[in-house]
Amino acid sequence: MTAEPNVSKNPAIHRGDPVTVDRYSGLARLNHWITAVGLILLALSGLALFHPAFFFLTVLFGGGQMARFLHPWIGVITAVSFAGLFLRFWRYNLWRGDDSRWMGRLSKVLAGDEEGVPEVGRYNAGQKVYFWVMSLCIAVLFFSGLVIWMEYFADSFTIEQRRVGVLVHSTVAILAICTWIVHVYAAIWVRGTISAMTRGNVTGGWAWRHHRKWLRDLASGKPSDSE
Amino acid sequence: MFPPVPNPGTEATDQTFGAGDLMRRSASKVTPPAERQTEVAKLIDVSKCIGCKACQVACLEWNEQVEEIGFNDGRYENPPDLTEHSWTLMRYAEYENPETGNLEWLIRKDGCMHCEDPGCLKACPAPGAIVQYSNGIVDFKQENCIGCGYCIQGCPFNIPRLSKTDRKVYKCTLCVDRVAVGQGPACAKACPTQAIVFGTKAEMTEYAQTRIADLNSRGYDKAGLYDPPGVGGTHVMYVLQHADQPELYSGLANAPKISGLVETWKSGAAKYTGLAAVGIFAAAGFLHYLVNGANRVSAEDEAKARDLVEGDRT
Repeated sequence: MTAEPNVSKNPAIHRGDPVTVDRYSGLARLNHWITAVGLILLALSGLALFHPAFFFLTVLFGGGQMARFLHPWIGVITAVSFAGLFLRFWRYNLWRGDDSRWMGRLSKVLAGDEEGVPEVGRYNAGQKVYFWVMSLCIAVLFFSGLVIWMEYFADSFTIEQRRVGVLVHSTVAILAICTWIVHVYAAIWVRGTISAMTRGNVTGGWAWRHHRKWLRDLASGKPSDSE
Repeated sequence: MFPPVPNPGTEATDQTFGAGDLMRRSASKVTPPAERQTEVAKLIDVSKCIGCKACQVACLEWNEQVEEIGFNDGRYENPPDLTEHSWTLMRYAEYENPETGNLEWLIRKDGCMHCEDPGCLKACPAPGAIVQYSNGIVDFKQENCIGCGYCIQGCPFNIPRLSKTDRKVYKCTLCVDRVAVGQGPACAKACPTQAIVFGTKAEMTEYAQTRIADLNSRGYDKAGLYDPPGVGGTHVMYVLQHADQPELYSGLANAPKISGLVETWKSGAAKYTGLAAVGIFAAAGFLHYLVNGANRVSAEDEAKARDLVEGDRT
């Protein structure tokens, strides 16, 4: 089966120099950036209460009382927004056999050499790990956050449950921030990635280099694990 | 009888302690004063309490608090619990002593214990919202409070109350403003039976022994002083008829200490491990970039992609 892929059949691919490939719709990007801004604001206001060295960050929110008031509301917006991303992307993040093999060659990937590493579909194994870790973190942060939200929900819990709540909330927040750093760094390190989230497309070369299986599937018009 | 604090004169008095006497300040580092002030203490002798609630009234009055008109739910307690206005509350327990067959009315004046090792202060993330003076008084500074409620989680006695109107926490100040000018707390002043007395911690501990000896002579051989070492001792102490069973007194904590969960959450080790983890991830990214450089798409990659989409697979 070496039938030539019919380019015109897939409107996601645009010929030119370079070739460009649509990766994210406008709504997906909007959804992503609401979540991203939310997470940054949450990290800033959360760190302010995590350690006195960061308490000065409360001035960004209009003082301590305002930071305390805003943090849970930003949390709700972010959690709802993230739920949108989750529904959009979860099926592309299911683990496949190739993902384990990709992980086994992670050192090659980190050295910037993806030859000999299993071809990657829409997401590589690292992105999938990020997706699931972040999903879990945000779910735990949301529910532990409710337990310690004094204004509305804390009265429904015992003080001992709230003690567990704050400990879990701060521990998982640190985990989420560390995970998020990897995500942001990968987007900066792998050049050509940011445009996927700003303009919605990537170059064909980027897709060939990092998500070859995805590009092949798109080019051949196969229903792939692409959106 | 312990001599009550004399009435004040009419001339203005200088404060005997202030900001220079801070031993601890929440979310801040302070250099404790070289010389500690004499530790003060309030001694509440449960065996002398008649449950009149004069202390509650005096507390509201001195601190200019107005309690809401509540609802009588059939208990002696009024209001039913501590509130952001009622910083002290008489709690009434009926106890049938199995040894004597007597019904004992154990009335405990609940409120802040002014721990030497204050869990509220250690849990507080807002600089200067909770302070501890070197005389042992733990006070909330509402102007710095952000309303997060962490102090409530930190307190081993369930004392601080968050106001639903101004979102700040309130509790007994040990009448810090009265003590600073040589007066005793308003509740002690109002107590008609001297069940509440105020003085230095040493005086109170010594005076408590006379009360315990008296109770022992009346058959309360387990009478004792409640000054729990788990929180470093307190600056509000109780004389209890049954010091071996503090929980009889409307659930007074037996061997209270700051919760291990709060200690873990607030420990320097946990905070610095967490921040170090964030730092290590950021540094790892930075170093990876320095060592490997950017992962750029090559002209060859673009050409391969063009070949693929144009069907010219060579």
